[in-house]
Amino acid sequence: MKAILPLAMSEVRIALRNRWVAIIIATMVLFSLALAAAGNAPTGVAGIDRLSVTVASLTGLAVYLVPLVALLMGFDAIAGEVERGTLGLMLSYPVSRATLLLAKLMAHLGILALALALGFGSAAIVGFATDASALAGLSALLRLFWSALLLGACFLGLGYGISAIAGRPGPAAGLAIGVWLVLIVLYDLVLLAAVVADDGGRFTSDLFSWFLLANPADAFRLFNFGASGAAALASGVGGAAGVIPPLWALISIALWPFAAFLLALAAFRKVVP
Amino acid sequence: MPTVSLSGVSKSFAGQEALHEVALTIEAGQRVALLGHNGAGKSTLMKIILGLLPPDSGDIRVLDAPAGSAAARAGVAYLPENVAFHPALSALEQIRLYLRLRGQSPDQAAPLLARVGLSDAAGRRIGTYSKGMRQRVGLAQALIGRPRLLVLDEPTSGLDPVSRHDFYTILDRLALEGAAILLSSHALSEVAARTDRIVILSRGRVMADDTLAGLRRRAALPTRIQIAARPDTADRVAGRLAAGRRNGVMVELDCAGEDKIDRLADITAMAALIDDLEVIPPSLDDIYNHFSRRAHP
Repeated sequence: MKAILPLAMSEVRIALRNRWVAIIIATMVLFSLALAAAGNAPTGVAGIDRLSVTVASLTGLAVYLVPLVALLMGFDAIAGEVERGTLGLMLSYPVSRATLLLAKLMAHLGILALALALGFGSAAIVGFATDASALAGLSALLRLFWSALLLGACFLGLGYGISAIAGRPGPAAGLAIGVWLVLIVLYDLVLLAAVVADDGGRFTSDLFSWFLLANPADAFRLFNFGASGAAALASGVGGAAGVIPPLWALISIALWPFAAFLLALAAFRKVVP
Repeated sequence: MPTVSLSGVSKSFAGQEALHEVALTIEAGQRVALLGHNGAGKSTLMKIILGLLPPDSGDIRVLDAPAGSAAARAGVAYLPENVAFHPALSALEQIRLYLRLRGQSPDQAAPLLARVGLSDAAGRRIGTYSKGMRQRVGLAQALIGRPRLLVLDEPTSGLDPVSRHDFYTILDRLALEGAAILLSSHALSEVAARTDRIVILSRGRVMADDTLAGLRRRAALPTRIQIAARPDTADRVAGRLAAGRRNGVMVELDCAGEDKIDRLADITAMAALIDDLEVIPPSLDDIYNHFSRRAHP
């Protein structure tokens, strides 16, 4: 286990050299600043400070961007080592596969945390600079930060699992984009279509909430909108935040990273270098 | 207790048998060469010893522990065929990481790289290295922490003759210190003088496991005698020796090892007819081909 830190540091060094760190930070900061600027426009919602409005926009952004970035960092983790031929040598060292995977998770999560902190931080600075009451939105922003990290950990795990199952970086990249499209885009569309077709029947009243909680991205959205009481600012599936307790959503986004990591580890154990 | 012991190890890939009932032991301090054509099963056997690949059947003990267990891996060093590293890291960074993974001080990285002749390039990214340089980084990492078993898959491919010589000198010292060494190669001629025992693998079967002298004896290949006859005497020489002619003056004959002295006596009896003679023992490649072909009827 003491091998984790040197392994993680090596992963960070590789990510720095590959410009991954710079790309992710630049993306997060640019999007956050754009949304913070948009949040300064009059909202029409009374009694809410500007930072809270920005947090609602950032939540909508994070749902798309955090899983995408996590999958992009994760898909190469195992398949890339197989392709380069570096995995066999690494596994001949007295290092367990769990340690190896945990080190990658630590490094990638650290990079994501840095990018989110800089992105959300710059949004907060814009908020404080333009609205004296913006402090009210700070707790929501912090909540968004750590829950986005949980969401990132979940999709990093899914990315590693995809990487181990696909075995080669090419198919792994395709599969990663596929998983992102299904979980982030199609899932909600299918659910909304089902609700419309159901027309207020059993699906809408009993099953709909469970389906939302089962998807980590939806649970993330529900948690942030529900906990901040900003459901009024939410649209689409996020509007369901009013009826599902935030605690349930929190349990979902807290359990998902572990489930995804265990899944990835099980797939990784089957990989023959 | 042998450093490595295998018995009855078999492995198939999609119905294709890669190893068949392989048995092998390597004692501490022994240098064993594993020879075979491409696809003979050398790399598969090595990966099974390292625990990277589970066998379909058979028993393997490495350093008195199951292959691939933490205890075995702690004492085993591996140099894969065409060793690769992350191209974005420098050799120094890569070796520092490997040192830490073996619980050693990262300060040893520079001396280790100097030992394999990589001091000048140590700070450069491995992505800029030639194949031979990568191979040296691979060797440097295999020397970390006094391994008790080294598994080296075609370690000298890509190395120039001088580097090869240096490489075998390093191996000799490790073996003297008690490390067991298993290295694979295509050519018996390269490893014959630098190893204690030779294992020839063909289509997943062990065809021979012996010292070079033992292999020579068992192969019992004929010795060739080439006689340069005086002008116009070649036919007479060939006739008396019941041997074949190669060109105008050369007479060639093959004889079994134990008949060699008698045949030479026959030849020297005709000294007046003969210019010169050459005795050619079976070459190492002949011996290798003899054993590796037996599996290809």
